[in-house]
Amino acid sequence: MATQHSRSAARLMMSPAVFLLLVWMLVPLIMTLWFSTLDYRPMRGTFDCCEGLGNYTRFVTSSAFLDSVVATLQLVGGVLVITVVGGILLAILLDQPIWGQGVVRILVIAPFFVMPTVSALVWKNMFMNPVNGLFAHLFKGLGLQPVDWLSQYPMFSIILIVSWQWLPFATLILLTAIQSLDSEQLEAAEMDGAGPLSRFGHITLPHLARSITVVVLIQTIFLLSIFAEIYVTTSGAFGTRTLTYLVYQRVIESQNVGLGSAGGIIAVILANIVALVLMRVVGKNLDA
Amino acid sequence: MARAVTTQRKIVFTAIAWIIGLAIFFPILWTILTSFKTEATAISDPPVFFNFDWTLENYAIVQERSDYMRYLWNSVVLAVGSTFFGIIIAVPAAWSMAFVPGKRTKDVLMWMLSTKMLPAVGVLYPIRLILIEMNILDSKGALIFILMMINLPIIIWMLYTYFREIPGEILEAARMDGATLKDEILYVLTPMAIPGIASTVLLNIILAWNEAFWTLTLTTVDAAPLTAFIASYSSPEGLFYAKLSAASTMAIAPILILGWFSQKQLVRGLTFGAVK
Amino acid sequence: MTRTLRALMGATALTAAGFAVAAQAETITIATVNNGDMIRMQGLTSHFTDMHPDIEVEWVTLEENVLRQNVTTDIATGGGQYDVITIGTYEVPIWGANDWLLSLDDLGDDYNVDDLLPAVRGGLTVDGTLYASPFYGESSMVMYRTDLMEAAGLEMPDEPSWEFIREAAAAMTDRENEIYGICLRGKAGWGENMAFLTAMGNSFGARWFDMDWRPQFDSEAWHNTLTFYIDMMNEYGPPGASNNGFNENLALFQTGKCGMWIDATVAASFVTNPDDSEVADSVGFALAPDNGLGRRGNWLWAWNLAIPASSDAPEAARAFIAWATGPGYTELVASEEGWANVPPGTRTSLYENQEYLDAAPFAEMTLRSMQAADPTNPAVDPVPYTGVQFVAIPEFAGLGTEVGQVFSAALAGQMSADEALEQAQELATEEMEAAGY
Repeated sequence: MATQHSRSAARLMMSPAVFLLLVWMLVPLIMTLWFSTLDYRPMRGTFDCCEGLGNYTRFVTSSAFLDSVVATLQLVGGVLVITVVGGILLAILLDQPIWGQGVVRILVIAPFFVMPTVSALVWKNMFMNPVNGLFAHLFKGLGLQPVDWLSQYPMFSIILIVSWQWLPFATLILLTAIQSLDSEQLEAAEMDGAGPLSRFGHITLPHLARSITVVVLIQTIFLLSIFAEIYVTTSGAFGTRTLTYLVYQRVIESQNVGLGSAGGIIAVILANIVALVLMRVVGKNLDA
Repeated sequence: MARAVTTQRKIVFTAIAWIIGLAIFFPILWTILTSFKTEATAISDPPVFFNFDWTLENYAIVQERSDYMRYLWNSVVLAVGSTFFGIIIAVPAAWSMAFVPGKRTKDVLMWMLSTKMLPAVGVLYPIRLILIEMNILDSKGALIFILMMINLPIIIWMLYTYFREIPGEILEAARMDGATLKDEILYVLTPMAIPGIASTVLLNIILAWNEAFWTLTLTTVDAAPLTAFIASYSSPEGLFYAKLSAASTMAIAPILILGWFSQKQLVRGLTFGAVK
Repeated sequence: MTRTLRALMGATALTAAGFAVAAQAETITIATVNNGDMIRMQGLTSHFTDMHPDIEVEWVTLEENVLRQNVTTDIATGGGQYDVITIGTYEVPIWGANDWLLSLDDLGDDYNVDDLLPAVRGGLTVDGTLYASPFYGESSMVMYRTDLMEAAGLEMPDEPSWEFIREAAAAMTDRENEIYGICLRGKAGWGENMAFLTAMGNSFGARWFDMDWRPQFDSEAWHNTLTFYIDMMNEYGPPGASNNGFNENLALFQTGKCGMWIDATVAASFVTNPDDSEVADSVGFALAPDNGLGRRGNWLWAWNLAIPASSDAPEAARAFIAWATGPGYTELVASEEGWANVPPGTRTSLYENQEYLDAAPFAEMTLRSMQAADPTNPAVDPVPYTGVQFVAIPEFAGLGTEVGQVFSAALAGQMSADEALEQAQELATEEMEAAGY
């Protein structure tokens, strides 16, 4: 259907984006690859060839590496579960006829507009602080021992903060999907005597499958690079050091750019493996 | 046949929805309230909600210490600038992928998304060295370019999925009527694409506004946006909850207001092709 | 406040006027940390620009960690973003030796370099060249609540021992009323909990490395240090101590929740300031504790101003540093904000000034603490490094923070003290091998 003419026009129109992204990807990537084979420690004034794969072996064999992969999976997985499940429930709720629906929707999406740094600072200080935080006041008011969230449940706390930020995003996408659901289908099922749960399982959920995969894919891309929330709250202590944070520590805190670059390359390889798996699933879903 | 909704059921759902909505909004509300308290009231136990002496003192202190308007202006320039150029590049790309798909279109799209996978800090040194070499460290131009690039994959994808929902038959019909490619884009596609572009613009502005790694590590004065502004208020000495709240409120207020006013637009295009 | 605001606005107008006259106006960008003394300096900028109408000043005020990250990256890549940087005594010797900083040997006659406290000056000098000028200096000491001490029937000696501190902490703790006998740093970071623990370790006979650069976390002395610290904090410390740094503890102490707090001497002026502190009139001071081994658990630190070699306005930067760290600045702050608010711990003359001694009840103890610290010979046993609460090698910032995270986890109860020390030993060995020691 597309003519030769429109094909070449299309290629022309795509080229700026493809070219820029190619440059944006390749130049830093090649420099990082190069650095990763060097003994590059600015503080020591070293910029020496050739470590070979030495930086890679050191990064992977260090005791922190496996822990950081586990922490990354916990964080991403935890946030995905909370936002997807919470998002579905919220979307269903907001789809019901209620008074002041517009206002409620505004309240629900508000966290999405808050800077990660601000939200981490606010949660850490004003809510989770075990002495002056609001949760501590609440617990004391109920006669309970205040919980020190960030050291007793550090990963859970960070997951909570990040989920709060991303729940609106999931809710919005899922809400649009639910609203596009054919209500006659649901009514027909209701007439046939299907209970709310079975209607949800047999009609709503399959209808949402695509939106859920989209939410999972997009959030995963952003969640893998979560940084500010960890930096502000625990600085990677208590098992909250994700792969991204570990690379940060190597590059910035230890000022070992060679080692950190190797870590960055490893992180991008692992992320792409995750992405490949995800995209297979999503790609299939998008074609359907 | 309309679904029968009893008033009772509506009341229950309204109550639940409002409780959850307020709970989700509460941290923001609390931050705003705290920004009007004195430092001592900010940590008082039991906490006070509305019944305190409202003061603008914290805003005065924050304004005195840092020039809010300059940070705000930089944030606006970076967010709007990166969005503007991003859209100019993304619209043609998304258009051609949506309407003239090739065998590799899907692969190209996935590759674009994968460029977001490299952890920013891993490429901090390369990017910095390049900027220093080009002498554009701490320049708005460099930041606009970087913010545009990190969001480009997402906005191309978002536009692509939106454009794909525009039925191809309309184009066929236009072509039958002898429309040129230019006519096709200007008179047929653009009007249909406006809502999708609008919501993409909004999402990109939000993402650029809240980006906190590059804007913090590559700026000092000339290009420093609100993310740098807030970095001087995290845990200073002594009691700081009220001042932190005031600074936080100032940092998020513009984007929050924009988001609220435009939420209908935002929602309309924010489907990523998930709705068919 | 309005006066400062007006002064600031006046300054802006003046600089604008100055710009119109002298088209050659130079701009210096100053990176600084968001501590009270620095913010005060920022507020007084107009006094400097009045004297130097041809210089414009841009401030970049950041939280300590962000500042360190940005300044370090900038200097390591030669970005030249800053003309004046605020750095600590840890960075100065390393950066000075790398020729990343300009010499400050000639800051003018008014500067009076011989007035600087010898210990502080020594730490900022590499091969006889001064590379940074101290803005304020600090050691650490015990700050305690005189009212609680009295109620507990105890009396704080000027030179307490660790045993006494533990005893006093036990006597003062009243969990029902949220009064915790002892507040100490627990937040992970080489400049947070490790600053305290390294200094504390010195008084227990511990050290980071032996003369062959072998990590010493497997020593008995470190075991004693860490178990003592964790036991005392668990029993008499506040909840959430493993996330408390200087600022968090300051807030706790100011709101009357700590019986004792061992931390930076500069905190003394904050806890005795009635505007910020609820306990201002009942604070006493004592030297940091010891164990009778000849070393006390106090550190030595200074925030300093320096000029990166990549600065494009070195002369204007030099003028600013001479102003901000010279004797005249002390008098300026004294006349504008009172003697109690002058930046302490850099000059001998300040501690001979009767007006200051009258206004600052903590002055004597601060000076004694600073004199008690010896960066070149910090531990009981000989060490190959300088620095009391840090080790002045480039690897320390990263390593110190990693070890700090392990110790912080031990304080949070996620592992035992011995497990933490074992991990610390492993981390340090790994890092030192990689660094080629």
